[in-house]
Amino acid sequence: MNRFAELLDRLAYEPGRNNKLRLMTDYFRLTSDPERGWALAALTGSLTFTHAKAGLIRSLIAERTDPVLFELSYDYVGDLSETVALMWPTHFPSPLVGEGREGGSEDRGKASTNVRHLTTPTPNPSPQGGGELSLTTVIETLTTLGKAQLPQQLARWLDALDETGRWALIKLVTGGLRIGVSARLAKAAVAALADEDAQEIELIWPGLAPPYRELFAWLEGRTKKPASADPAPFRPPMLAHALDDADLQNLNASEFMAEWKWDGIRVQAVAGHHDNKHGGHLIGRLYSRTGEDISKSFPDLLDALRLPGAIDGELLIMRDRRVQSFNVLQQRLNRKTVTPKLLAEFPAHLRAYDLLANGDEDLRGVPFAERRARLEDFVARLGDQRVDLSPMVGFASWDALTAARKDPVAAGADAAAVEGVMLKRRDAPYLPGRPKGPWWKWKRDPFIIDAVLMYAQRGHGKRSSFYSDYTFGVWKNGEAGDELVPVGKAYFGFTDEELLQIDRFVRRNTTERFGPVREVVHDADQGLVLEVAFEGLQRSTRHKSGLAMRFPRINRLRWDKPPGEADRLERLETMIARIEQGQERAP
Amino acid sequence: MRPEDILVPTPAGVCCKRGGFHIDPTRPVERALITHAHSDHARTGHGAVLATQETLDLMRLRYGENFAGSTQAVRYGESITLDGATVTFHPAGHVLGSAQIAVMANGLRVVASGDYKNVGDPTCAPFELVPCDVFITEATFGLPVFRHSDADAEIAKLLHSVALFAERAHLIGAYSLGKAQRVIALLRQAGYHAPVYLHGAMESITYYYANRGIALGELRPVRGTTKPELAGTVTLCPPSALKEVWTRRFPEPLTAFASGWMRVRARARQYGVELPLVISDHADWNGLTATIAATGAGEIWVTHGQEDALVHWCGTRGLKARPLDIVGYGDEEDGDGANDGGEEQ
Ligand SMILES: [Zn+2]
Ligand SMILES: [Zn+2]
Repeated sequence: MNRFAELLDRLAYEPGRNNKLRLMTDYFRLTSDPERGWALAALTGSLTFTHAKAGLIRSLIAERTDPVLFELSYDYVGDLSETVALMWPTHFPSPLVGEGREGGSEDRGKASTNVRHLTTPTPNPSPQGGGELSLTTVIETLTTLGKAQLPQQLARWLDALDETGRWALIKLVTGGLRIGVSARLAKAAVAALADEDAQEIELIWPGLAPPYRELFAWLEGRTKKPASADPAPFRPPMLAHALDDADLQNLNASEFMAEWKWDGIRVQAVAGHHDNKHGGHLIGRLYSRTGEDISKSFPDLLDALRLPGAIDGELLIMRDRRVQSFNVLQQRLNRKTVTPKLLAEFPAHLRAYDLLANGDEDLRGVPFAERRARLEDFVARLGDQRVDLSPMVGFASWDALTAARKDPVAAGADAAAVEGVMLKRRDAPYLPGRPKGPWWKWKRDPFIIDAVLMYAQRGHGKRSSFYSDYTFGVWKNGEAGDELVPVGKAYFGFTDEELLQIDRFVRRNTTERFGPVREVVHDADQGLVLEVAFEGLQRSTRHKSGLAMRFPRINRLRWDKPPGEADRLERLETMIARIEQGQERAP
Repeated sequence: MRPEDILVPTPAGVCCKRGGFHIDPTRPVERALITHAHSDHARTGHGAVLATQETLDLMRLRYGENFAGSTQAVRYGESITLDGATVTFHPAGHVLGSAQIAVMANGLRVVASGDYKNVGDPTCAPFELVPCDVFITEATFGLPVFRHSDADAEIAKLLHSVALFAERAHLIGAYSLGKAQRVIALLRQAGYHAPVYLHGAMESITYYYANRGIALGELRPVRGTTKPELAGTVTLCPPSALKEVWTRRFPEPLTAFASGWMRVRARARQYGVELPLVISDHADWNGLTATIAATGAGEIWVTHGQEDALVHWCGTRGLKARPLDIVGYGDEEDGDGANDGGEEQ
């Protein structure tokens, strides 16, 4: 348990994805079965036991500590689980004496003796008698333990663990384990034990159960690969390269088909029969682009998956048969609990791009043009209004497509949620990853404004010595003339060289400091103008400017431009009004 | 006779009127007794300074030759009479040369412990328990949530990281007087024998420790090295340097911070380090309470830190206790950087 807790502790402070991966792989390599399997279950959210309430933890600590000392400590630490983990009395379990050392009195009067031994931690015997308390014991016990026995059991465990171990145990037992690691990353760490692709694990995952002995046995070359038992597996998606206008000249229009690129979230909707024959009941799943199972968040869409097959499509919100903007979808994604009200207000919709499987038949090797025909047939057979086809965009020449991309509404698209067009080679099979050539995404131009750098904050991890997070603003009429109002934050888009330049600028032009944040000079004549690109705008009551940008990034540094000539808030307000009317995006 | 007849707390520090001196004064005084060389306890500009040889040497390293009008070195256990009081210095186990100062008059003994810790430290003499009537204690980590782990276990964690991320440079933020040298000595004890690199601000004090016979192994300045050379190395630097442009000379730096504050997550996160190491030069809660009890003192004065909790604890033990409001302690290095904003300059 202490070892697992140490891993969680390291993961909590490590910002880098690859480093997290290495920490986990290292743990899986050094830990034996079944302990590591239970750890994998905890990391992937695959544990099932009833969580304890915070009140239980509170009463356990109240029985063991002085209330004044507890309150002072809780006030300082700010987190109940952590406070309890840190002040849990490990040597004297009887009430109110836990904080001190009775041993002190023996030494009274002995002049000049070293009291060092008084605080040397004595090893705590595990309640099991032999060795350290394991995660395995904890989980196996929790799964069978009656509610009435929980407080006592928990107390015995807490007695046996160190600070980090107690912290992890309380978080685990109360269901508050948040590690900043996705299930997919944990699986990738396991895959790295044997240089396997995480996708391979994903495919066999539904057939596995904690503590995953057969998975580790296979990865360590001791047995053969466990069979895939998933009736509705995720298939790695095919992704497109971005297209520049100049690239078009090298492509032959007659070899391509085009469709709208919708501004929702890319998903895979899969259904299959449980026993792989047609008699079993149908299992439906919705996956994100990265293979995360997001079915629970979209029960309304899951109901629509009544035919075995796999659709690659875009998840959108549809109201009155009109696609809503990403802003609207965002509102549904932000809610944690799925209520009937939410389902009614934000009805989920699947717009289908491609068909990867039809029943048991894998279509990925079939050319796109043929898959498209099969998709049209599939969607028609499904006959559900929550699933429709993404319409093709007819074009005779690149010029015609260019015009359609500029004005999707005129070209027959129904919404402001068109993000651009996708070009797909008629003859291309469905290939996982991002192969160059068969698919192109031709996004609409982003919104661009010139804003003024106002504050800069130090980054994290490798960037911790750089001021790399920027708050920028635009001009508005204030009480005392023009003033800057912050409209967004960006921390990427610039090159390493530009980062160095901005960092230098920030350090030389600091006007005030607030912890890790610096205010930099920003008036009409002095300051740095940033060309900011972004994908969308929405109204927001949380921001002083009344609006929030989607996906803002630094496009260019405008050293040449005096801040006084940067954009005004009115321009953003015009943009947002046009977006709301479903009009053209980029001005 | 009351304890206040021997030592009186004043805003400038505790004062012994009958002996004509102050202990760790925060303002310039005529005669000062200094517990240890951390900058909030040891200041410049006093007339005469009485301290251990190491404390005087370290003050000279930091402030230059003329940090005081005159100096006098005292050995641990040596008894010195100053007018109407007798003083002795005893190891405090905090940093090299650190001392508790016992002041006696008319059979009453008051101990001003400065900063102390009662756990092993290969870089300084171990804490000595001095029975007394009044014990003046610090309270830097005076909350029951502060129980510092075994420092060796923290070093093991660091070495595990060094092995796992073998191509990265490990930068350890640690206070330049005491903590840095202790971390190096612990690394050596744990069997790490590669050269340890030093930030410029660490050099003089660390070499002084080495010259006093403390086994620190091979030390190298970071100054003058190339980036590839620093791959896989361990470097000690002041905590504030972790955020500085200086770190860019290292390949894929992994930042650690050795401090008692690392025990609390919100604190550790505030510093933005990847590897918090709970290693402190101050007694933890158990250390403070055990020491207070063991001195046999019936009256406890609590200086800088979390005074409330410790004063309350004394009350539950039937000990008379009160906080001393002395402005200026715990400001700089002391308290493991509680107030270190982490900003460069
Ligand atoms: Zn201090
Ligand atoms: Zn100190």
